[in-house]
Amino acid sequence: MLVNEKVAIEHGLKADEYKKICELLKRTPNLTELGIFSAMWNEHCSYKSSRLHLKKLPTSGKKVIQGPGENAGVIDIEDGDAIVFKIESHNHPSFIEPYQGAATGVGGIMRDVFTMGARPIANLNSIHFGSPQHKKTKNLLRGVVHGIGGYGNCMGVPTIAGQTSFDSSYNGNILVNAMTLGLVKKNKIFYSKAAGLDKPVIYVGSKTGRDGIHGASMASASFDEKIEEKKPTVQVGDPFTEKLLLEACLELMAGDSIIAIQDMGAAGLTSSSIEMASKGNLGIEINLNKVPCRETRMSPYEIMLSESQERMLIVLENGKEEMAKKIFDKWNLDFAVIGKTTNTKNIELYFDNEKVANIPVNILVENSPMYDRKWKKAKLPKKNKIKKETYSKLKIKDVLKKILSNPNVCSKEWIWQQYDHTVMGDTIQKPGGNSGVVRVHGTNKAVAATVDSSAVYCWAHPITGGKQVVAESWRNLISVGATPLAITNCLNFGSPENEENMGEFVECVQGIGEASKYLNFPVVSGNVSFYNQTKEIGIKPTPSIGGVGLIKDYKKMVTMDFKETNNIVLIIGKTEGHIDQSLFARTILDEKNGPPPEVNLFNEKNNGESLLNLIEKDFIKSAHDVSLGGIITAISKMSIKGNKGIKLSKSKNLMNELDYLFAEDQGRYVIEVKQENLKDVVKILDKNSVHHEELGFITEKDLIINEKTKVTIDELKSYNTNWLTNFMST
Amino acid sequence: MKSSVITFPGSNCDRDMDVALKKFGFKNKMVWHDDNELPKSDLVVLPGGFSYGDYLRCGSMASKSKIMQSVINFAKSGGLVMGICNGFQILVETGLVPGVLLRNKYLEFICKNVFIKVDNKENFYFKNLDKDIFEFHIAHNEGNYFCTKDQLKEIEDNNQIAIYYCNDKGQIEDQFNPNGSIKNIAGIFNKEKNVLGMMPHPERMIDQSLSGEDGSLFFKNLINNIK
Repeated sequence: MLVNEKVAIEHGLKADEYKKICELLKRTPNLTELGIFSAMWNEHCSYKSSRLHLKKLPTSGKKVIQGPGENAGVIDIEDGDAIVFKIESHNHPSFIEPYQGAATGVGGIMRDVFTMGARPIANLNSIHFGSPQHKKTKNLLRGVVHGIGGYGNCMGVPTIAGQTSFDSSYNGNILVNAMTLGLVKKNKIFYSKAAGLDKPVIYVGSKTGRDGIHGASMASASFDEKIEEKKPTVQVGDPFTEKLLLEACLELMAGDSIIAIQDMGAAGLTSSSIEMASKGNLGIEINLNKVPCRETRMSPYEIMLSESQERMLIVLENGKEEMAKKIFDKWNLDFAVIGKTTNTKNIELYFDNEKVANIPVNILVENSPMYDRKWKKAKLPKKNKIKKETYSKLKIKDVLKKILSNPNVCSKEWIWQQYDHTVMGDTIQKPGGNSGVVRVHGTNKAVAATVDSSAVYCWAHPITGGKQVVAESWRNLISVGATPLAITNCLNFGSPENEENMGEFVECVQGIGEASKYLNFPVVSGNVSFYNQTKEIGIKPTPSIGGVGLIKDYKKMVTMDFKETNNIVLIIGKTEGHIDQSLFARTILDEKNGPPPEVNLFNEKNNGESLLNLIEKDFIKSAHDVSLGGIITAISKMSIKGNKGIKLSKSKNLMNELDYLFAEDQGRYVIEVKQENLKDVVKILDKNSVHHEELGFITEKDLIINEKTKVTIDELKSYNTNWLTNFMST
Repeated sequence: MKSSVITFPGSNCDRDMDVALKKFGFKNKMVWHDDNELPKSDLVVLPGGFSYGDYLRCGSMASKSKIMQSVINFAKSGGLVMGICNGFQILVETGLVPGVLLRNKYLEFICKNVFIKVDNKENFYFKNLDKDIFEFHIAHNEGNYFCTKDQLKEIEDNNQIAIYYCNDKGQIEDQFNPNGSIKNIAGIFNKEKNVLGMMPHPERMIDQSLSGEDGSLFFKNLINNIK
């Protein structure tokens, strides 16, 4: 096929990008070369709209061993141990083919982690669906959950936490973000930087097929009514092969024969080979006839652009090929020497004894387009004036029932019971808590992880929303007694070519940056997913934040279930009665406008660190951060989990009771302390100037809100646990 | 006491089982599926996981792997062989224990704690345990035990049902059956009671910080019985 501008545009390139390619090459590319450019220069791989803004994120810190730019971020957890972690999106494929889309998302992120030499020890996910009434929602949810479970369960890696939300803005574009944590020795981390000349380039893992061709390009475009036709761009996962690949790679990594290793993810062999060469400032030569193929007569173009899963590219020390091959033979995996490193600084491809591509690596990487897209600043919305008479008709119990059974608050047990969350025998806090927690095998340490997002807040005011998500992640880690260390982010947005969507992106990133800098909670890895958009309608801005923290002595871990009758329940942090954008305002009062709750970073840090201090002193029997649904929702969940009631005292606060109970002010935690420790706890909080109020005391049964309102634990449970199961079984 | 845990391609509870056995005093060896000979063992364990991806019927590929011939001979000579989860599926595929394991009734993977009742204590695995009801953990997609009427009669006549799904009071009722197993069966023996296949994972219940300690009781008792 002759290459011209029209063909380039069909490959998703813009006319001026094509012109630039011809100028840089000083000739017209052939079709294989054009395919390589389109794979490297699409939004998904090149970050061309986001790079400029991502640079502003804080990415370093005392605990950071590796920030963004590698397969995943790495943080120090002391004693020579490190945690490798990252979150990644698989949104577009999951909408087209939910099972395989979600499954390969999980497979891809695990590969990113074990490529660096780490054994995956925990998976998390953040999944977002359209309105429950939308005709596709149920099938998409079922498919995604089966896909995540199908892959993670087979790999034998526990899925320890997650987040699920429903919002009509995801009707045409669901979100599937998968996160993995891996454990590695600090001195055994592997990177993707090639080094040395004439080193063998090895292909291992599954064979290359025709699946997933142009997957990355598909994920860099908006959807339209013909999206179902894109099914062939979705890869097909094989978790069994990945399990073998994991074991084989770790076995090879125990020695010292690997110079560089890179998994073949988006844009397959193209991006993996180019990335290794680029980082090593080398050239790479590949004989495509040597690539193990699943199908016959695959063209160089197809081989280079296939996104078949479960494959790795390795640059090996000379003379180690036989030893390495033995390991992959043992695990029944393909092993092929397909090329070598060169000093040409070009990527040179051969097929049937002909040179089929020759491109300078720096053109593909350093000269890739970068855009300073136009964006619109968002104004802080004016506060709502909600008429007080609307309140007088409302009964607390009715409101509580609606909030606890709201799809975004209700128990997600139907989902996480389908994920193996206990394999590996180290899960000490399972899904449904503040964070998932796994022990560092064979030590007293444990690692806590959480994934959060607040699309509604981000939509109402992106800077505040961005800050809030980071703060919530921080709170979820602190609530289990973990010291927050670092985050990974998955930035899901609409089209960057739309000024408003781009503005949401820029300002959410700004908010994330401010909070992570202030809280000393750096961003070590992440991924951007734009074009979550169908025709002109984009999703609500949804940055997902994956936070990781360390518990030095796992016996000090805190859970959220109420523990003991007569213990005192306090709230840390001030309740101002912020109702705008709360679940109460949006679903009960049907009021969708107004600003999100303000995030005061000083208070976040102070309140959080004070709570950690109390946990360290063993004063805290249970803790839960206050988020969606306010104080009463937090308390209800603690009651349900602990099978204990609480008698609330009359608040000294003068505000309306509904405002007090359902407000979503930030920086707050509900904590349980023993009577005899109350004095000491209050003393420490006062000393640190942390606002606190006594909420009540724990009882054998029933949530007693005031003289007129009593809710039994069974009622609470039925409000909270039935919605999702009923929804999925009808 | 010496034990061996077989690792098949796709096994993923092999390490967990190794940890559990060692914790309670076994000298455990990991044995590769492609080996010919079992090391000298007092107990052989087929662990959980997805052997060969379970792409064919669960356990069927693994049941034909090289090491299994030695395992079968070991079992036939009276050696103790225990299959957990995928290991149970492999055991039914070898025919060492009767029946089959179908897909869960509600067609979904289930991971949760369940209660089980020990029915028969006249065997190496459960004798001397001082309670009948245990809290164990299950994590499977194909644990729905099924067999023919004739087989069931034979199993019952020979006291081959090892454990049942029940509630915390030991009531064996349909509502406490997580996967649709016939008669709430969670585990069965061969006729001689030296081979045990069960869906629950005792190795995930060996620590109060995890899901509970009932697995510890099981392993402690097991090693004492073998001694």
